[in-house]
Amino acid sequence: MYKTVIGLEVHCELKSKSKVFSKGRNAYSEEVNTNVNVVDLGMPGILPNLNKYSVYEALLLASHLNCELASRLVFDRKNYFYPDLPKGYQITQSHMPFGTNGKFKIYVGEEVKEILIHDIHLEEDTASVDHYCDFSLLDYNRCGTPLIEIVTEPCMYSKEEALAFLDYLRHLFLYLDVAEARIDKGQIRCDVNVSLMKENDIKLGTKVEVKNVNSITGVKEAIEYEVKRQTELLNQGIEIKQETRRYDDSTKTTIAMRSKEDAIDYKYFIEPNIPNVKIDESLIKEVLANKIELQFDRIKKYVSNYNISFKDANLLAKDKDISNYFEEALTSSMNIQSLVNLLNNVILSYLNKSDKNILEISVKPDMLVNLIKKVEDGNITSKQAKEVLTKALEEEKDPIALISELNITSMNNTEELINMANKIIDNNPNMVLKYKEGRNVLDFFIGQVMKETKGSANPSITSKIFKDLLGKR
Amino acid sequence: MRYDNLSVLELRKLLDNKEITIEDLFNNSRELAIKLNGDYNNFVTILDKLEHSSNKNSLLNGIPYALKDNFSTKDILTTASSNILKDYIPVYNSTVYQKLIDAGCVLVGKTTLDELAMGGTGTTCHTGVVRNIWDKKRMVGGSSSGSANAVASGIVPFALGSDTGDSVRKPASYVGVVGFKPTYGRISRYGLFAFASSLDHVGIFARNVKDVAIVTDVLKGKDTNDMTSLEDDNINYLDNLDNEIKGRKLFYIKEVINVKTNNKETDEIIKNFKENIDKLRELGFIIEEVSIDKKLLEAVYPTYNIISCAEATSNNANLTGILYGPRSDKDNINDMIFDARTKGFSELIKRRFVIGSYVLQKENQEKLFLNACRVRRIIVDKINDLFKKYDGYILPACGTVAPLLEDASDKLTEEYLILENHLQIGNFGGFPSITIPCGYVNNMPISINLTGRAKEDSLVLNMAYHISNKLGNHDIIARRDNDV
Repeated sequence: MYKTVIGLEVHCELKSKSKVFSKGRNAYSEEVNTNVNVVDLGMPGILPNLNKYSVYEALLLASHLNCELASRLVFDRKNYFYPDLPKGYQITQSHMPFGTNGKFKIYVGEEVKEILIHDIHLEEDTASVDHYCDFSLLDYNRCGTPLIEIVTEPCMYSKEEALAFLDYLRHLFLYLDVAEARIDKGQIRCDVNVSLMKENDIKLGTKVEVKNVNSITGVKEAIEYEVKRQTELLNQGIEIKQETRRYDDSTKTTIAMRSKEDAIDYKYFIEPNIPNVKIDESLIKEVLANKIELQFDRIKKYVSNYNISFKDANLLAKDKDISNYFEEALTSSMNIQSLVNLLNNVILSYLNKSDKNILEISVKPDMLVNLIKKVEDGNITSKQAKEVLTKALEEEKDPIALISELNITSMNNTEELINMANKIIDNNPNMVLKYKEGRNVLDFFIGQVMKETKGSANPSITSKIFKDLLGKR
Repeated sequence: MRYDNLSVLELRKLLDNKEITIEDLFNNSRELAIKLNGDYNNFVTILDKLEHSSNKNSLLNGIPYALKDNFSTKDILTTASSNILKDYIPVYNSTVYQKLIDAGCVLVGKTTLDELAMGGTGTTCHTGVVRNIWDKKRMVGGSSSGSANAVASGIVPFALGSDTGDSVRKPASYVGVVGFKPTYGRISRYGLFAFASSLDHVGIFARNVKDVAIVTDVLKGKDTNDMTSLEDDNINYLDNLDNEIKGRKLFYIKEVINVKTNNKETDEIIKNFKENIDKLRELGFIIEEVSIDKKLLEAVYPTYNIISCAEATSNNANLTGILYGPRSDKDNINDMIFDARTKGFSELIKRRFVIGSYVLQKENQEKLFLNACRVRRIIVDKINDLFKKYDGYILPACGTVAPLLEDASDKLTEEYLILENHLQIGNFGGFPSITIPCGYVNNMPISINLTGRAKEDSLVLNMAYHISNKLGNHDIIARRDNDV
């Protein structure tokens, strides 16, 4: 058997008003070739104009990947000819990327895994090309869109690890609000490096690079295919060639593009039109000041500090806004599990159904806290709480207001409950016997009351009544 | 009345006194430009119509000028004198062109250059050879050939060029006008077709230092489209030309002057230079001889060659015939690009691209390109070190007068290596550098060059103004073969 070793090069388009090296608008999904200017088209005489906000975003990402931050602003030219690249070179970073030697912790299942980041750099995207049978169409809107590239070390040993990393990375972009990170729009694109090595070998196997994998399923399938292909070759005693392959979406296979010997020499050299200057200390300070707690740390905190199940913690921490909502509600001391239940069961399912963001809903964290307090005080039951919350979300109301509006209360009328309890006791002599034998059947009796009251009976009062009545029998 | 030898300020006075109109000036320039173009090939485009947006506050309001044909001019053909751009009409204005429009200047035409500004002879233009206005048998030098001639022949009082190695200062010397390249970044390069971005400068031709200062005052300043442009120094260069220069210290480089040669022309140029040094000492300059390791000086040209070719290869990779330029009818993209570039560039250009590619290749980059960058740094450090003690250095601009076209050659000659190529040091360090006419040898103009500390453009112009006044030879237009 062979051990799979995977390294990823992940590209993601960044959010910004303008492009990374021009004043053109960064809005490439609009009508084709409308958001282009002379700089994007590489017209003779143009010069790059670095978007400071993109630099901030890149540094912010680098700091959250725990990278060493670059001290100077250095960009490089990567030279090659292709019609999607009007200048004939791409401005990127090779000499001094914004971040190097990073470490990024993720959970794979419930296991902790540390992903080693080789570097993170900022570059410009190319135009998009649609190939038809005998012609190609070019849309230069995308030309110059800020693109971040994150390169990992060959440090992942299964497709599960690779996919988990991509998922965490996507959430990192969303946590930091630096990218839409929409996979369906091809905003995250990967080059996947796969090699196989014998279980006990120290030296890495020969790497095969699979280019332009534009979806998460693509990454999964490319890895699966490469592992299968390379395993078969090795089993036949055939050596793996170092080469670049291309992922083919339709056949879910990879196709050889070029061998190591034919590798393109990009003739990198430092971009002379961007002054090589020290990065502003104030910018670095701002980046560090804006460091936030990420998905991994939140999951860890929820599980170990609040005793929340890993599954629930995972759900809560996936989205920064949901997680923040949770933490805000958490500040007033209360039953954490009730909060988790209402959030994960009621609110999240409503968000999924309505395609809304948690920031848009009518029920604010303090309202949720008040609702849970009502349950704890015995004013309403947890079943009622769920129903009120669902209704409040749908009708965009405050659940507390809704409770009084609809006159929802738990049934506290002792007399009525005693009558009901007596009847139940009379009708279930067997259960009474069991109770007398010391068996735990109290919940059965309470359940019967709940059934009759449709869940509105106050559970603690009901319980007390049964204890009294049964004790007297 | 003749206007073609008048300075900007003299024309200003005539215009203000309504002794002449802007139309008259434009038409005079245009007619002369057309008349000379057949013989000298100064212009790629001569404008038919006067375009003028008046700016009453500008000294340059209504003044005609010429622009090298590698500055982007919206709706006006801009060819860079290359076949690959022979029909290219830009959609945007270079910053300098826009500034001159805003200052009320009147563009007369776009001037011929060595193809893509790569060359120093004026013989590689797609429209043919540019001939020296003083002597048709001679070259103008380049690459800003047409602009140099246009000023020297009196078509316009000033013109813009670009200077990557010496492309303004050397042709200026060959035709006896002032050629100035300010500090790197002092004038925005936005819209100047890039040759070698780290060496490219916008430069100015005029017939006297005062006009150069007036034009530089208009062009300088921070441009948000050029990240390498400098914050404005907020100094009016014109107002500071007269500042006292007594006690200013200059040096000249012994190794450049001590040329052993059999060429009488070079001997005379050096003799003239030595005489001029004495004259400048009379002005109060302290001038000393300084020795610099000859090996370092001999490295200037190969260093320049490597860096400029490398950057040029990349800078011109946009010329593929895909987005603009003649699109090839081949049926796949690589063949289309290959075909367009094969047909679009002359052999000399291709040679530079091959050199540039070669020095950037992975296996050569460390030894050739990166070492050239290091040598550049060492040379600049050496000069900056001297600038701690001196305000600038002076040297003969070139080792000969404008060569005869029949002698034009690309070959390096051992003899004049340093003397012919020291101007490139100004580009290495981005130093302000000015060529000032100082006399004649073989009836052809010769010049001295003054180079100063980076960012001290005002001081360089100030010193140049005094030097030029002392040496005479300003405000001269060429004696033409068939004078008009």
